[in-house]
Order: sequence, then structure tokens, then C-alpha cells
Amino acid sequence: MFDISPTEWTAVLLSLRVAVVATLVATPLGIAVAWMLARSRFWGKPFIDALIYLPLVLPPVVTGYLLLLTFGKRGLVGAWLYDHLGIVFAFRWTGAALACGVMSFPLLVRPIRLSIEAIDRRLEQAASTLGASPWKVFATVTLPLALPGILAGMVLGFAKAIGEFGATITFVSNIPGETQTISSAIYSLISTPDGDAAALRLVIVSVVIAMAALVASEVFARRATRRLHGN
Amino acid sequence: MLRVDVSKQLGDFSVEVAFTSQGRVTGLFGASGAGKTSLISMIAGLLTPDRGLISVDGEMLDDTSQRLHVAAHRRRIGYVFQDARLFPHLDVRRNLDYGRRMNRLTSDAAQEARLNEMLNIGHLLDRRPGQLSGGERQRVALGRALLAQPRLLLLDEPLGSLDDDRKAEILPYLIRLRDEAGVPMVYVSHDADELRQLASHVVMLKRGRITAFGGVDVLPA
Repeated sequence: MFDISPTEWTAVLLSLRVAVVATLVATPLGIAVAWMLARSRFWGKPFIDALIYLPLVLPPVVTGYLLLLTFGKRGLVGAWLYDHLGIVFAFRWTGAALACGVMSFPLLVRPIRLSIEAIDRRLEQAASTLGASPWKVFATVTLPLALPGILAGMVLGFAKAIGEFGATITFVSNIPGETQTISSAIYSLISTPDGDAAALRLVIVSVVIAMAALVASEVFARRATRRLHGN
Repeated sequence: MLRVDVSKQLGDFSVEVAFTSQGRVTGLFGASGAGKTSLISMIAGLLTPDRGLISVDGEMLDDTSQRLHVAAHRRRIGYVFQDARLFPHLDVRRNLDYGRRMNRLTSDAAQEARLNEMLNIGHLLDRRPGQLSGGERQRVALGRALLAQPRLLLLDEPLGSLDDDRKAEILPYLIRLRDEAGVPMVYVSHDADELRQLASHVVMLKRGRITAFGGVDVLPA
């Protein structure tokens, strides 16, 4: 029963790679967007706000199809990327990472935004009177104080990315070894005769990964919060 | 020398103040809501005046007619806040070192040792702000501001959040700083006794306007 076959391992490792890459690429962007939403006022902010949360409420298949239209080889952005930089997203694992990144982005941004909003801005003022330029204030005060939120966002985003299904399968299909993640492998297995045992193994693997991520986030958050209270 | 001639509208409250002070410690005296904090926030560069100018030792820091506003981090003006505002994620040593790092000053072991001794904070270096008493926190905040080597030090009711015993504990440190640190200060307080002990000049503020300016004898009895 617990003999995980090479194909299943491939799906597990691919899922991990996709989720790790999606999270690592989305995090700096997420911090920038969270900072902008928390701190600046600009025309069209409610629109940007809604746009970021859109993948959370749209049917995933719609997000996947929009990604295909935009980043497919003949898509608006996809064609340009292919012609000028030789980058292809459609039906590649990088496309799966893009889909997962987009789908998990709202979950990544929200805790970061909340933690930036919770920072006492008077500490940033104190830093500037001590000679810190705005960038240095950000790097030495804002960022370390937002760390619990950043870690929480990364873990949530990672957990979402590893379980993403609808947008991924729509955008990059279900190609074993290239785009078949745990979720799409399970989907294939349960529609195959005698696939139940294999599907169950992958279900267990995904439960273990999700649990590990949640426990890790709890540990990080606790450690970071203690640090931030200055104890 | 500190020269201030500014006006600033803040909601339905306005500050309109002009004075020049050569004093070693300029006291800003007034009840809460008199505009003391708004005024020193302008001197620090945290708040921009609507009109007017601010200069320290002849260097213009604000001049609205020239559209000049030097950013807070370029002013070299230290600020000790009523609530200390130590960085909670840094221990005392790194809080003290913050200004030196930001201004890329070379480490001055002699000055550090002298300040640690003067403020009696040498034994606190490895602690975190959360493990300090109110008085200790305020002494560390004083040290942190001074180690950034400011040309002027602003103190906004540094004793305001402390009880009487703690006040009595800190006041001697402040008097020592005034006499030994060699940095001119602007000291904000609503406590006439405090200013009598510390200030060389006093600016009295009421509802955003100066009502008296002179030696400590202008303070109410």
C-alpha cells in the first residue's frame, strides 16, 4: 500500500518544485503590493485591491483560461515573451508555477498587508530622526517588524500553491513529468480503474505536506511575535 | 543657534511661532494642546511648515519661500520621544548602535563607554526593550539619540510617561547630559519645576502662539 511508484514520486516532487518556485517568486512582489496597499493612497487603489483578490472568488477554470489567453504561446503577453525572451509558460511546469502563484497571491498578500498596517509608524519616524533614509527605514524597521506576517503569508501561499488544481490543469494541462502535480495526478488516478490505492497514497502525502506547512507557520509566527514584543 | 519662524495649520488648530535661541537648553513650556509637539516635529523635519523657515547654526533646514525642506534623516537632529520608541526587534546594544550604522559613523568606543557610564546603561546592553523598566527605556533612548552625534537634541516630555520616583531617577542624568554632552537641546515639558532645573531659555506656548520668551523667570511659580 505504501509503495509510492516513480510516477507518483514525480508528481510529488513536481508539486513541491512548483509550489516553492511560485512562493519564492511571489513573495517579493507580494511584499511590494502589500506595502503599497497598506501605505499609499492612489487613484484606482480599490480596483487594484479587487484585482488581487479576484482569483480567490473567480472559478479557477476561468483564471486558468484567462492565463491561457494571456500567457499562451499566442497570447498577448505569451507571444511577446516567446518571441523576445524565448520564455514559454503554456504546458510547461513554469506555467504551473505561474498559475499557482496567481491563485495563491491573495492569500500571500493579505497577512503581509495586515502586519504592515499593524506596525507602529512612530518607530519608523524614530528611525528617520536617527539618520535612516526611507529605504533603510524599510529594510531595518518595517521589514523585520512585518516578518511574522511575511512568513504566515508565505506558508499560506505555499499551501494553496501545492493544492492548486483548476487553474493549473486548464492552463498547462495534465502532462506526467511536466505539469502533472499531486492534484492532477489524483484526478487522473481516481478516474482510472484500480487507481484508488495510488490516489489514496497521494492524498496521504498531500495531507502530510499541508500539516507540516501549518505547523511550521505556527512555530515561525510564535517565535517572531515573541521577538517583536521585545522580550 | 536655533532659529524658528513658522506657521502651520493643523485642522482647526494653528501654530504660529517665531523665536531665536542661543541657549544650551531651550525649554518649550505649555499645557497639552499648546502645539509643543507640532513645533518640535517641524524642527525635526517630521512635519513640514506651511510657511516660514527653520535654521540650526546658520544652516537652513526649512525655507518655504525657496521650497527648501531638508528630510528628517539628513538633519542630524536627535529626537527623544515621550514613549522612548526603542526598536522592539533589536537588543539594547543594537538600538544604541542604530544611529551610528545609519550615518556610517566610525565606532567611538570612548564616547560609548562615557555614555554607558553617564546614563548607567552598560549592564543593559544584551537585554531587549521589553525587559526594561520605563526609566531604563528612556535612558537607552537618550543614549541612542546621542550616539547618532546630533547637532541638536529634541526631547519631547522625556519624563512624561514616568511616575515621580522614576522622574527623580532620570532628571540627574539629564542635568549631567546638559553639562557634559555638549549638544544643545530643546526640552519640551508642561512641568515648570523640570524646566527650572534644566532650561537656560524658556519659550511659553499657548494655543499655538508664544506668550512669553526669556529666562526661567518667565515660568509660572
